[in-house]
Amino acid sequence: MAEYNITDTVDITDVVCPVTFVKAKVALEELDEGEILSIRMNDGEPVRNVPRSIKEEGHQILKLIDNQDGTYNLIVRKTEEE
Amino acid sequence: MALSNEQIERYSRHIILKEVGAKGQKKLLNAKVLIIGAGGLGAPAAMYLAAAGVGTIGIVDADEVDLSNLQRQIIHATQDVGKAKVQSAKETMNALNPDVTVHTYREFVDSSNIMELIEPYDFIIDGTDNFPAKFLINDACVLAKKPFSHAGIIRFQGQLMTYVPGQGPCYRCVFENPPPKDSVPTCKQAGVIGAMGGVIGSLQAMEAIKYLIGKGELLTGSLLTYDALTMTFRKIKLPKHVANCAVCGDHPTILEPIDYEQAECDGLGLTD
Repeated sequence: MAEYNITDTVDITDVVCPVTFVKAKVALEELDEGEILSIRMNDGEPVRNVPRSIKEEGHQILKLIDNQDGTYNLIVRKTEEE
Repeated sequence: MALSNEQIERYSRHIILKEVGAKGQKKLLNAKVLIIGAGGLGAPAAMYLAAAGVGTIGIVDADEVDLSNLQRQIIHATQDVGKAKVQSAKETMNALNPDVTVHTYREFVDSSNIMELIEPYDFIIDGTDNFPAKFLINDACVLAKKPFSHAGIIRFQGQLMTYVPGQGPCYRCVFENPPPKDSVPTCKQAGVIGAMGGVIGSLQAMEAIKYLIGKGELLTGSLLTYDALTMTFRKIKLPKHVANCAVCGDHPTILEPIDYEQAECDGLGLTD
């Protein structure tokens, strides 16, 4: 029933801007085109900025899940440029 | 080879860049750059390349640090006076970034060692202070098909160009031969503003980085000149191919590196 299969996960709740986005970006670079990354991030600044930066890199945001514990899971499909 | 958390943090401002990313950073970590001359140009180039995480950096210089070097050669400090420049440079680079392996060569380049010195490296930086060395490095890089960055500085002026095999003219295409001995003042006589090495040496590091990550346009086919007093940069277009160039032309006459006579006073014209 899930509309996607998560290939890998990365937790960026232990770092602050800009390493949040950098850690997510590095994890995405490890994936192949079309694979799915789940990124766990804190509420507040990360959830405001990381999805936007990932979108700017050309990746597809599938879903933002509120974990109800002050963290979110961002589900991203890797999209290669060029 | 995955980047460690520490590397992700150290290189975060690189990795954020679309043109670099983790992929580009790994290219830098796997790259080998040789810097010839640990002086005014080589000092900033070496420091920026070390900071950038270029994994292997070679540095060539036979000199010792002199008090009069410190006005511009920022890789050396006051307590390094009397120490071998390559050793002093290595210590600064190691302190800056433990990811970098530094190889030191305490010698001057000449026709007997140049081919062997450049052989293991992906990119060469000419940070020398005299014409014989500049022509030697050019010829060796052309013969060995190695990309390199040429630069020279004197007074308030600097210039640089980049050679990539098959992608434009070499230094000899543009300047043909060293000027007659004593026809140009040495850096000792002419002087040089310290920050000039910082400007031009940093541009050399930038060319090396762009070449290594494979992004952007290089100074292949053009010569960039900088006049600090008038605050003018000029990008001079060079001929794509010089048929009669003695080393890279259609019928080359220089088939191995050659030594030109050095002027009495070290450093003909262009300083390090």
